[in-house]
Amino acid sequence: MRVNVIGAGLAGLSATRTLVKNNMKVNLISYQTSERAQSVLAEGGINAAMDVSGESDSYEYHYKDTLKSGCDIANEQAVKNFAKASPDILRELVAIGVPFNSKNGQIVQRYFGGQEKKRTAYAKSSTGKEIMTALIDSVRQYEVEGTVNRLSHHEFVSVKMDISCKGVYVRDTFTKKTEYYEGPVIFATGGLSGLLPGVTTGSTMNTGNAAAELFSKGVVFSNLEMVQYHPTTMSIVGKRLLVSEAARGEGGRLYIKTKSGEIKYYMEEKYPKLGNLMPRDVVARESYLVVHDDNNEPIVYLDMRHLSKEIWKNRLSDLREEIMHYKGTDPAKTPIQVEPGIHYFMGGIDVDVNHKSNIEGIYAAGECCSQYHGANRLGGNSTMGALYGGRVAALSVVADFGEKCKKQEYAMKKTDSEIKDGERIPESIEHTPVITENAKGIFMESMGIIREGDSIQKGINRLRELQQDKRCNEMDIKRLRLMMAMLESAFYRKESRGAHYRTDYPKRNDESYKGLVKSKCDKVGKITISI
Amino acid sequence: MRYNIEILRRQSPEAENYTENIIYDTDDVGETVANMLRTINSAEKILNNDGKVIEPISYEHSCMQKKCGACAMVINKRPMLACDAFLNNVQINGHIRLEPLKKFPVVRDLIVDRSIMMENLKAVRIWAKQENITLDEETVHISYEAATCLQCGCCLEVCPNFVSGDDFVGAAGFVPAGRLLTQMTVDDRQELADSYKKHVYKTCAKSLACNDICPAGIDIEHVLSASNAVAIWNRLRNR
Repeated sequence: MRVNVIGAGLAGLSATRTLVKNNMKVNLISYQTSERAQSVLAEGGINAAMDVSGESDSYEYHYKDTLKSGCDIANEQAVKNFAKASPDILRELVAIGVPFNSKNGQIVQRYFGGQEKKRTAYAKSSTGKEIMTALIDSVRQYEVEGTVNRLSHHEFVSVKMDISCKGVYVRDTFTKKTEYYEGPVIFATGGLSGLLPGVTTGSTMNTGNAAAELFSKGVVFSNLEMVQYHPTTMSIVGKRLLVSEAARGEGGRLYIKTKSGEIKYYMEEKYPKLGNLMPRDVVARESYLVVHDDNNEPIVYLDMRHLSKEIWKNRLSDLREEIMHYKGTDPAKTPIQVEPGIHYFMGGIDVDVNHKSNIEGIYAAGECCSQYHGANRLGGNSTMGALYGGRVAALSVVADFGEKCKKQEYAMKKTDSEIKDGERIPESIEHTPVITENAKGIFMESMGIIREGDSIQKGINRLRELQQDKRCNEMDIKRLRLMMAMLESAFYRKESRGAHYRTDYPKRNDESYKGLVKSKCDKVGKITISI
Repeated sequence: MRYNIEILRRQSPEAENYTENIIYDTDDVGETVANMLRTINSAEKILNNDGKVIEPISYEHSCMQKKCGACAMVINKRPMLACDAFLNNVQINGHIRLEPLKKFPVVRDLIVDRSIMMENLKAVRIWAKQENITLDEETVHISYEAATCLQCGCCLEVCPNFVSGDDFVGAAGFVPAGRLLTQMTVDDRQELADSYKKHVYKTCAKSLACNDICPAGIDIEHVLSASNAVAIWNRLRNR
């Protein structure tokens, strides 16, 4: 029997490598090949306390910074393990040939938001792509020897469950045939950007359907109200273009013009210590506030004109090319207009410190799960979180299913006509674009950077109405349910913390809300929210 | 501006090709072919020029910012990424013809089966078994550039020498090899160097059409010469 890994980005590849190194066989299932995974879009870097900058960094500082920026609701033990393991993971990436920027054979690290020490390793501004290429190459040898059965162009349809998960139904998108694979499942399916097409920095391949299906199957989700708005994105057709935090890490400055023509470096003025490199939730919120201040022109600029030629050439060349290509502006010569945009979902499948969900046989890693980032993720922690999470999930599978997997026959593959044991073969249903568009509109009105109880409640009511729309199919209903859980979680958290800021409850309230808000859907679709 | 979009379609690998014409209006100068297809597909009813309701157009997409290679197709006879094709730039008198890449079997409409590319990377044996690479500032820029290969297939489309299933693997096969050849030690890279000889050095006719078409802008000639230097002549990197 093989372990099923769904998703072939950073988390999925990391899980696969770990499984193989522990003598397990893997079905590596993904909608497209790894080269198309959203992980290749990660730009600025990856965090690990390597202590190479003479700043006496250590994993304890990484742990504290991560926990503090997440406003103390992430699992402390999980974050500690993550920070502790990060330097080794980074060394492993070097060993498989990731060409990190270096000096005298030693990795160099840059400043990133929310961290007082240089802790972010990088490969210019294409860190995700460079890591992915090396990981893809490293997994290839296992494909050749047969330990990894790579199923690209396969989409997740559903899980087979009684009280535990028995296996997974997937559909070959080329032949449109459904297949069933027995065995434990690690989900590494990415975030929820597919619920909000066009307004996030994410991949358009992501539909959010895997998460919607699992939620409706009774998998507990948590932290769904915590949506990261990245402070510096630009609008291009069909999506938002990320302007990496590395731009500010290397010295980029945010400013706004007042109506009287004065230039205000609002982050530097209000936060003299970290300035433009405050955690993303803070920068996004401050940017929102200055734009909505009647004394200002409503445009935020990012000024990078003063960066040296060396920085543009060796550290930010890709970013510059991208902005010039899609916006026709050279950021080395002209300040660029930036706006906050949805970039990351801190919430997802609720997992314990071992990356196990509430259902036996279901594990999750990477952005699809809720781990490490609490109320606000630090830049550079998503790449490392995905790699480390994948590893932990894989080790849990080894502990829980190792013996069983090794004993049983391998690759239980069945196609439509062969799945006969009386079960209903789940169908793959495509969601309806017009319903998704309506839902997105509701979400954007009630789940912005600044939120308010009444408008969230209105959003909930409007989603209820949309659920009655005759055009909704089964998948639309499941997607709306998951979105409903996001809004209900936001309504439930009557305080302000990290990415969740409510004008009606502007203060943090540790007494009632220092923990993750969990969402569970029962068999008839009723959602329960609790902390 | 009004564009006449002509799409070469096919419902399944076995079915016949047919051409679909769709009128598309936009004034957005930033509009790309990839986003246009998404906009067309998201309509409640998709109409062709004859006013007939048609099925959504199948095509692959993911990053929409030329970083993933999913949306490669032939646009007005040139293989390119649809997310990199601004309507304004690629149109000829308002006309844009979309076809699937031709060197791969068609799955549906603009989707082709590029699995031969993955098979070729296996054939060249591109991996670092020992996992003991160290950072080397002298060659790291070559690895960096080689690692940006998108596996989109545009280079294979224009290569006069590449035929699916032959020994020669094309730039999409040898650029990734260059990433590891220039980083591995003499002993560790021997197996890779041997297969490189067979699949690249002895079989590439060096037309370098790939160099001009690569959407990632990789200096393929540079990667090729660095790879040859290492794999064939043991130069550039001796350790």
